[in-house]
Amino acid sequence: MNGVHDMGGMHGMGPIQEEKDEPVFHELWEGRVFALRRAMSAWGKWNIDVTRYEVELVPPAEYLRMSYHERQFAAFREMLVKYSFLTRAELESGTPAATSPKAVPALTPEKAAVLIAKGVPTSRNVTVAPRFQPGQRVRARNMHPVGHTRLPRYARGKFGIIHRDHGVFVFPDTNAHFQGEKPQHVYSVRFAARELWGEQAAPNDSVYVDMWDDYLEPV
Amino acid sequence: MNINRREFLTGAVSAAAGATMPKSSHTHGHYHAEQAVPSDLALRVKALESLLVEKGLVDRGALDTLIDAYEHKIGPRNGARVIARAWADPAYKQRLLTNADAAIAELGYGGMQGEHMVVVENTPKAHNLIVCTLCSCYPWPVLGLPPVWYKSAPYRSRAVIDPRGVLREFGLELAEEVEVRVWDSTAELRYLVLPERPAGTESLNEQQLAALVTRDAMVGVAKVAPQKGSSA
Repeated sequence: MNGVHDMGGMHGMGPIQEEKDEPVFHELWEGRVFALRRAMSAWGKWNIDVTRYEVELVPPAEYLRMSYHERQFAAFREMLVKYSFLTRAELESGTPAATSPKAVPALTPEKAAVLIAKGVPTSRNVTVAPRFQPGQRVRARNMHPVGHTRLPRYARGKFGIIHRDHGVFVFPDTNAHFQGEKPQHVYSVRFAARELWGEQAAPNDSVYVDMWDDYLEPV
Repeated sequence: MNINRREFLTGAVSAAAGATMPKSSHTHGHYHAEQAVPSDLALRVKALESLLVEKGLVDRGALDTLIDAYEHKIGPRNGARVIARAWADPAYKQRLLTNADAAIAELGYGGMQGEHMVVVENTPKAHNLIVCTLCSCYPWPVLGLPPVWYKSAPYRSRAVIDPRGVLREFGLELAEEVEVRVWDSTAELRYLVLPERPAGTESLNEQQLAALVTRDAMVGVAKVAPQKGSSA
């Protein structure tokens, strides 16, 4: 979706503010939100692309006003209702419904340690022919899906060169909407800065964007 | 659905404004908007956690394990060890640049949000900078969780269109002839910059080298200074 989350190239966001000796979490609740999201993901009702899309659905003015962890919290609350873990009434009241069954937590401390150490790989060990080869000139598709995509607006319609083939990965545009993993090659594509931004960019600079096969067309 | 959601969020904001909790000391100037935190968030998160625990959906021990790992165990010191090894051992550096996952695993690191790693090397001719314009992707196993500025709109919006301006804001002025390569983490690959080893460090051992390597240098917004604490 052409949302405010797709920020590459925007102006007017102000100066970058680096904080010296920044803590990992500024407030206790931030760490709790971070951990709650992982604990609930262990139920397997959604995937990483679903969670990213849900954050993108936070209305733009709210998205910009909120801190990172606030956005994550807002999206998380919506997901808990959408995927039937909580009713809206439970969410608002903070009290389980009288009929609510008692579950057994999906993520135990032991499983949490395994999750941290192993992660959740999104590459797929399946044979899919790559449509492009390193060195090949390509064009990023000019497409504007209303759903989730990881093709940033600033690269759409631009010409680049395949730098490297990363292998086969789950495709976010379908995976975010439970339409299948559609595994395909992901490439690092090099775009000259001037191709993206015109003469104002330095002549030798470049931006490398990771792109799925379906984002590219041959030239 | 959007209307419901907007009402819901607006309601949450009014609730925050009407709460009787002590106000936080955050500045609410518009450049600080991303850092502004409604003061009742702590209570709302606590209430949600209690509800999820009560329903048997969440184990508090698992939450503590996750928080403890990223607060105390996983952070930029991991990445610094990887970089120092690459500086000290040319064969390791080669492995790191060609198969980062395996090379990083040699030092015992890997896992969540670092399942698929790529290491990019700074040289006198090329400087690399990492960003995620679409969200806040970052290589957790080697750098820990990202700082606020990395997740903020100013950095995410400008790193791709004005990387030299961004670097200048971090105090790094690059010569015109140096090629700047920005890596936008749009897929599940996570990037780590291998900074240039500073001159005059030939006599240092790996541990001493690691002490010089900063998080900022591994994101690409700084260089590594020859002595700890001195500016590049």
